[in-house]
Amino acid sequence: MNTLLKVDGVHTHIKQYHILQGISFEAIEGQVSVLLGRNGAGKTTTLKTILGLTPASQGRITFRDIDITKKPTHGIANTGIGYVPEDQGIFASLTVEENMKVAMRKEDEATLAKREYILDLFPDLKTFWKKDGGLLSGGQKQMLAMARAFVGNSKLLLIDEPSKGLAPIVIEKVMEAILDMKKHTTIVLVEQNFIMASRIGDTYTLIDNGETVQSGLMQELIHDEQVKRKYLGIG
Amino acid sequence: MELLTNLTINGLATGMLIFLLAAGLTLIFGLMDVLNFAHGGLFAWGAYSSVWFYALTDSFVLAILGAILTGVILGFITEKLIIKPVYGNHVQQILITLGFMLVLTEMLKVVFGPNQIAVRTPENLVGSWEIGDVIIIKYRVFIIIVGFLVFGIFQYILKKTKIGLIVRAGVLNKEMVQTLGINIKNVFLYVFIAGASLAAIGGALFAPYSGVIYAEMGMEYAILGFIVVVIGGMGSFPGSLLAAILVGLVGSYMAYYVPSLSLAVNMIIMAIVLIFRPQGLFRAKG
Repeated sequence: MNTLLKVDGVHTHIKQYHILQGISFEAIEGQVSVLLGRNGAGKTTTLKTILGLTPASQGRITFRDIDITKKPTHGIANTGIGYVPEDQGIFASLTVEENMKVAMRKEDEATLAKREYILDLFPDLKTFWKKDGGLLSGGQKQMLAMARAFVGNSKLLLIDEPSKGLAPIVIEKVMEAILDMKKHTTIVLVEQNFIMASRIGDTYTLIDNGETVQSGLMQELIHDEQVKRKYLGIG
Repeated sequence: MELLTNLTINGLATGMLIFLLAAGLTLIFGLMDVLNFAHGGLFAWGAYSSVWFYALTDSFVLAILGAILTGVILGFITEKLIIKPVYGNHVQQILITLGFMLVLTEMLKVVFGPNQIAVRTPENLVGSWEIGDVIIIKYRVFIIIVGFLVFGIFQYILKKTKIGLIVRAGVLNKEMVQTLGINIKNVFLYVFIAGASLAAIGGALFAPYSGVIYAEMGMEYAILGFIVVVIGGMGSFPGSLLAAILVGLVGSYMAYYVPSLSLAVNMIIMAIVLIFRPQGLFRAKG
C-alpha cells in the first residue's frame, strides 16, 4: 500500500489565530480517508492547508514524495490534487461545459475518456451541458464540482462535506459516485454525516481543536462507541 | 435630422473612446479587484506616443501599433512595480495609483514638453461624407468602427478561447481558479497589459479626434472611465460598451440642448443607475 499524501505535524495560522495545532495523517493510494470532527475542529482548514490556500506555518506535507508545503496553490494542484470545496465553487455564469473546460488542462484522449466516464456517472450534467452552473440544483452543483475536480487529471481528490444541504436521495447518489470514483483516484473526504462517512471511508482521522486525536481503520471506529460519543457526539 | 445625426455620431464616437478606456478598467477591477487610478495616464501616454510614432513614420496604423506597444510596456511596468505590492488593499491601491498617475502625467511633460500639442487627422481620414443634408465626419465613423471592432475581438477572446474562459472564471472566483492549477498571477498580468493596451488605443484614437493633446487629459478622461465602469457593472465588458455609448450619446445631446447640464449629466445617470441597479446595468455573476 503506497502512501500518496502525508501530512506531518502541520500547524496553520490565519491572521492572529492558531487554527491547526498539529495535524498528521496519511492518505493511502486507492482508498478513501475521512477527516472527522465537530464543527470548527479544523477539517476544512486542513484541506485548505494541503492546497496552500491557508499555507502551513509549521510541519510538512508531501504528495507522491514531493514536498508541497511551500508550493503555491496552482503548483500544488498541478502535482495532481483536485479540490471540491464546501460551497462547491461553481462558476455561476459559465455553462456546465465551460466549468469542465476550465479544469481540463489538456483535451487529449485520456482526458476526454475521463470526462466521458464522469458524465456517465453524473448523467444530469450531460442533460444540462449548456446551462449556466448557477442555475443547477444543489445536488447537480455538487456533481459538477466533483466532476470538474476529477477531469483535471487528479491523482487525489480533496472533497469537503459533499452531503451538506442535500436531500437524502441525492446524498445516496453522491455516495455511490464517490465509491465508483475510488476505483480511479484516491480521496480525502471531510464529512459530518457519519453514516455516509462510515459507508465509504476506508480509514479515518479524528480532529479536535486543530489537532489529530487518532487515526485508524473506519471499521474499528464504527464499533468504538466511546470515541464516537466523545468526539462526534453520536452513539 | 442633420443635427440629430451629427449629435448621434459624435456621441457614439465619444462613447467608443470612453469604452476603450473603461474596458480595461472593468477587466482589471472585475478580475483583479484593483482600483487603478493610473489608468488615465496610460490613455494619455497612448495619445502622446501615437502622435510621436505618426510624426516618425507618417503611418497612422504604425502610430496605433506604437501606442499599443507603449501600453504593453507601461502596463507591464505598472503591474509589476506598482500594483503587485498592493493586491488586496484598496486604500493602498488608490494612494499609489493616484501617485503614479501624477508621475505619468509629469513624465509626459518631461519627455514631450509642457505645452499642448496640436494633432492633425490622418490624411485618408480627413473630410466628410454628404448624404442628403447630413454631413458625416469620416474620422468619427472610423472611431466607431474601431471601437466595435475592438469590442468584437475582445468578446471573441473572452467567449471563445481558453484564456478568455479562464479570465471569466477568474472574475467569478479567483481562489477556485487557482485550485484548478492555473497561475492567477500570470492571468492578472496579461489582463493588466491588455487593459493598458486598450487605454493606449483609446488615447491614440482620441488625439486626432480632439485635435490637441495635453498631459492632464488622462486624469480628465479617467473619471469618465470610472463612471462608465460603475454604470455598466464592474467586471462586465458588454456593460462597459453599453454604458459608454449611453454616456457618450447623452453627453452629446445635453451639450447641445442643455449645455449647463452637460457636465453633471454623467453623475446624474450614475446616481440613477446606482439607486435602481446598484450592481450596474450588467454584473459578472458570482
